Amino acid sequence: MINWRSALAIYKNELARFRRTMFGSVVGPVLTTSLYFIVFGAAIGGRMASIGGVNYGAFIVPGLLMLTLLSESTSNASFGIYMPKFTGAIYELLSAPVGVAETLLGFVGAAATKSLILASIILLTAKLFVNYEIAHPILALGYIILVAASFSLLGFILGIWADGFEKLQMIPLLVLTPLTFLGGTFYSITMLAEPWRSVALVNPIVYLVNGLRWTFYGQSDVNIWVSFGLTMTFLITCVTCIAVIFRTGWRLRT
Amino acid sequence: MPEPILEIENLSKIYAGGFKALDCVNLTINKGEIFALLGPNGAGKTTLIGAVCGLVRPTSGTIRAFGDDLAQGWRKARRKIGLVPQEIGVDMFDTVERQIAYSRGMFGSAPDKGRIEEVLRSLSLWDKRGEQVRTLSGGMKRRVLIAKALSHDPELLFLDEPTAGVDVELRRDMWRQIDILREQGVTIILTTHYIEEAEEMADRVGVIDKGRILLIDEKDAMMGRLGRTEASFTLAEPIFELPPGISSQTVGIQDGGRTITYRGGDGTGKGKQEVAELARKLIEAGIIFTALDQKESSLEDIFVGLVERSEAAA
Ligand SMILES: Nc1ncnc2c1ncn2[C@@H]1O[C@H](COP(=O)(O)OP(=O)(O)OP(=O)(O)O)[C@@H](O)[C@H]1O
Ligand SMILES: [Mg+2]
Repeated sequence: MINWRSALAIYKNELARFRRTMFGSVVGPVLTTSLYFIVFGAAIGGRMASIGGVNYGAFIVPGLLMLTLLSESTSNASFGIYMPKFTGAIYELLSAPVGVAETLLGFVGAAATKSLILASIILLTAKLFVNYEIAHPILALGYIILVAASFSLLGFILGIWADGFEKLQMIPLLVLTPLTFLGGTFYSITMLAEPWRSVALVNPIVYLVNGLRWTFYGQSDVNIWVSFGLTMTFLITCVTCIAVIFRTGWRLRT
Repeated sequence: MPEPILEIENLSKIYAGGFKALDCVNLTINKGEIFALLGPNGAGKTTLIGAVCGLVRPTSGTIRAFGDDLAQGWRKARRKIGLVPQEIGVDMFDTVERQIAYSRGMFGSAPDKGRIEEVLRSLSLWDKRGEQVRTLSGGMKRRVLIAKALSHDPELLFLDEPTAGVDVELRRDMWRQIDILREQGVTIILTTHYIEEAEEMADRVGVIDKGRILLIDEKDAMMGRLGRTEASFTLAEPIFELPPGISSQTVGIQDGGRTITYRGGDGTGKGKQEVAELARKLIEAGIIFTALDQKESSLEDIFVGLVERSEAAA
């Protein structure tokens, strides 16, 4: 039986914590995205041909959105669970009648919610710079939710694993950001020459960016079913990991 | 017939490094009692509490709370358990009132502003309800933790050194709080280094050292069994034998006849009476004393004695 009240209490508390740091957490991503648009959209984009019939400025919107989604979901969720570990407040969570389900609904749900709010803000910001239409808005929303949830789960695992702030930032900084940049955020991988095109196809982020781009413009460098399948697999893997973590108490209970 | 609320059987805990922090602990706590767990630093008190509250994974043994084995029934049991940890761990940037409401929700209770106000008032935190926790003094922060633990009206409350680092006045205040909880029927298990605290409040006392429970007894029985009164009379003139009618079992002559010592009683006040009686007899016999020292052995002495004995045996 899920303890809904507990889950809701955690969820609301996490959102309240986000609200306290609202300004910084919104301004950062918005500023970064705006800079990308100014540099890649306005400055360079003017000299770029459109890709597959999509104007370059519009082409990079899903990629930039994905960049924000991945980094924000991961870091929000990892901080959410790392902070109580760091301050010692985790004792209360461990002694409360909450299990995997409540914790995930609360922490991961809140982190994903925050990512969704940010995603909307990013999309609105993008509108200021480029004109774009979303071909499949419902599917786009669904896919964004799926990605936000998956990477919040990943962030949650990182937050449990980390025993210092350094480790907390390692994976997003050293793995996610580079892979996203190389993952076709700013270009279509069909523009790459071999062997780089095949190398790019090993990068899982390519499938995420293209999945989202398909929901926007109906075009993708890869099969979108592979994108969807990969995202689902990733999500299920994370949930399984977390279930195991709770069962064994790894890094939570001594 | 006392009704058990917590039953711990053969509980052992070996930490990852191989350190045995609990060694086959057996302990039954009855509904409505206040149980004090005494022991030196590193004895295993916090580990024992952690094992019940879900912070520590027992290596072996069983824990039943409210009749349910915690391995299966933890979800139901934990709603009724409150924990005030030894170390202050709380979101420092949140406000007092929000934190208390959060705790209540986390433990699955419906929001209740009235109840939260009551808890805050009872701990003199009401005026501080809108402040960030980090701006409170250490003693007040500790109260916030107590308020958090009480927010969901637990039936079983663990207080891990609730008065460590708290001044005398605040400590007395806390004792009053605990008394009120006792009247409400809350079962309380507390650990403390202040023996005074155990003496003041506990119904039963357990002594733990090196992960083993050395002794569990009613506080009064323990005082009775091990408590002693000691007195010494300094005499104006040395004497060489006790006047008749004075029991040489409890009274002796020391210091070349310049001191008469008494050691007896049972921690219930019997010793004090006997000392008074002895004084009267000395006066009747014309023995003049110039000073009288008297001291009750406290739980502290009992405790130190027990731990020393167990260390000598080890
Ligand atoms: N996470 C841990 N890993 C390894 N050893 C631990 C851990 N936690 C506690 N210990 C050890 O277990 C022993 C018991 O610790 P515990 O905290 O239960 O003692 P305590 O009785 O509460 O002491 P104190 O009065 O100082 O609070 C100590 O020797 C401690 O070093
Ligand atoms: Mg301790």
